[in-house]
Amino acid sequence: MKPSDIGPTAHRIRERAKTLDRRVRLMEVCGTHTHAIGRGGLRSLLPENVELVSGPGCPVCVTAQRDIERMILLADLPVTVCTFGDMIRVPGLHSTLEQRRSAGADVRVVYSPLNALTLAMDNPDRDVAFLSVGFETTTPGVAAVLLQARALELKNFSVYTANKLVVPAMEAVLAGGSLLDGFLTPGHVSVILGIEAYENLAQQYRIPCVAAGFDPLDVIEAVAQLLDCLVENRCGSFVQYTRAVRPGGNARAREVMFSVFEPCDAEWRGLGTIPGSGLGLRAGFEAFDAAKRYALPEVDAPDPPGCRCGEVLKGYIQAPQCPLFGKVCTPRHPLGPCMVSSEGACAARYKYG
Amino acid sequence: MCLAVPVQVVWVEGDQATVALEGNTRTANLSLVGDAAVGEWVLLHAGFAIEKITPEEAEETLGLLREAGDLSLETE
Ligand code: SF4
Repeated sequence: MKPSDIGPTAHRIRERAKTLDRRVRLMEVCGTHTHAIGRGGLRSLLPENVELVSGPGCPVCVTAQRDIERMILLADLPVTVCTFGDMIRVPGLHSTLEQRRSAGADVRVVYSPLNALTLAMDNPDRDVAFLSVGFETTTPGVAAVLLQARALELKNFSVYTANKLVVPAMEAVLAGGSLLDGFLTPGHVSVILGIEAYENLAQQYRIPCVAAGFDPLDVIEAVAQLLDCLVENRCGSFVQYTRAVRPGGNARAREVMFSVFEPCDAEWRGLGTIPGSGLGLRAGFEAFDAAKRYALPEVDAPDPPGCRCGEVLKGYIQAPQCPLFGKVCTPRHPLGPCMVSSEGACAARYKYG
Repeated sequence: MCLAVPVQVVWVEGDQATVALEGNTRTANLSLVGDAAVGEWVLLHAGFAIEKITPEEAEETLGLLREAGDLSLETE
């Protein structure tokens, strides 16, 4: 695929859209796609009747307010808290991880869960906790780290788990009544899962799913593939991102992930509790469970008042339809997580329009 | 957050590797792909290789990243 391919692809999309002669709503379930759609200005290339809506595809954005609060509580304990960068600015009820850090909490931004493990190994007198958010792309690495921590019998390392599975959330969006004509499924989640993972959903809801890469060109090509499916009345799961997604996915990574984690019910921002959509630690890993280890209380945490992230994440509204968008809520002063992460729907629309 | 970038393996010992992209190096853990030999390409995400790819597949992605001016190990 070369940048010059975009013209013919856009043309193909316009032709297909004409044939369909109805409104088509396609949901991307990957923050990387949300970002690419903005960066590539893809909305302006699409015909009027083809709409791209964001779904619950940004791990930071879907983290329940309750989990954010508990992470902030954890940071106030004598614990070094390691987190991916996007989390530190997500507003809690009264504070953020970044503000706790300014107030003296030991909060560190890491690039990999391995950095948190190394920190724990190098500082045996210091408790280290890793804030684990992420989908199937990220969770196998966290599992590998936990296997290592257990083998090393580390006593000062734990993980706060808020990891989630993509497919149950896609199903929840459909079951909740969102009218969608197709899914762009996350490329790197699909590297792990394989495209087969979406097939049941595709058949049950008669909806095409295409696993797309992370470049704007990948996304536009995948949109064209979805429209091909709609014109030909095909449903099923297909791969646009063939240069990385293998048949069957990465079975070894899944094995590592499921040797440490097991599916559990999980609360998603905006979607509520979805059965079997989270990943909790299996028996034998209790000692590494930060929530248990520090007896973090169950907190009741409402979503920020006025923030419509929940509806954005379900594809009910586009980000600019939130009355606070760009006025009260901006990337500098975000009210909700969708405005914090560069992969959030609100942040992407604010930046790219 | 679910981004992964192609990197080339330049050194391996057990599960540990050093990988390179455009002259910058970084450590990578290979346990999720089994193994990888020096010279092979993998997709790197948050410190872990998550899939092996061919040099042609790597080049295709790198071409797109170069085009976008996005080519660095920070992208991932
Ligand atoms: S614009 Fe801000 S307040 Fe509105 S939904 Fe997005 S993050 Fe929430």
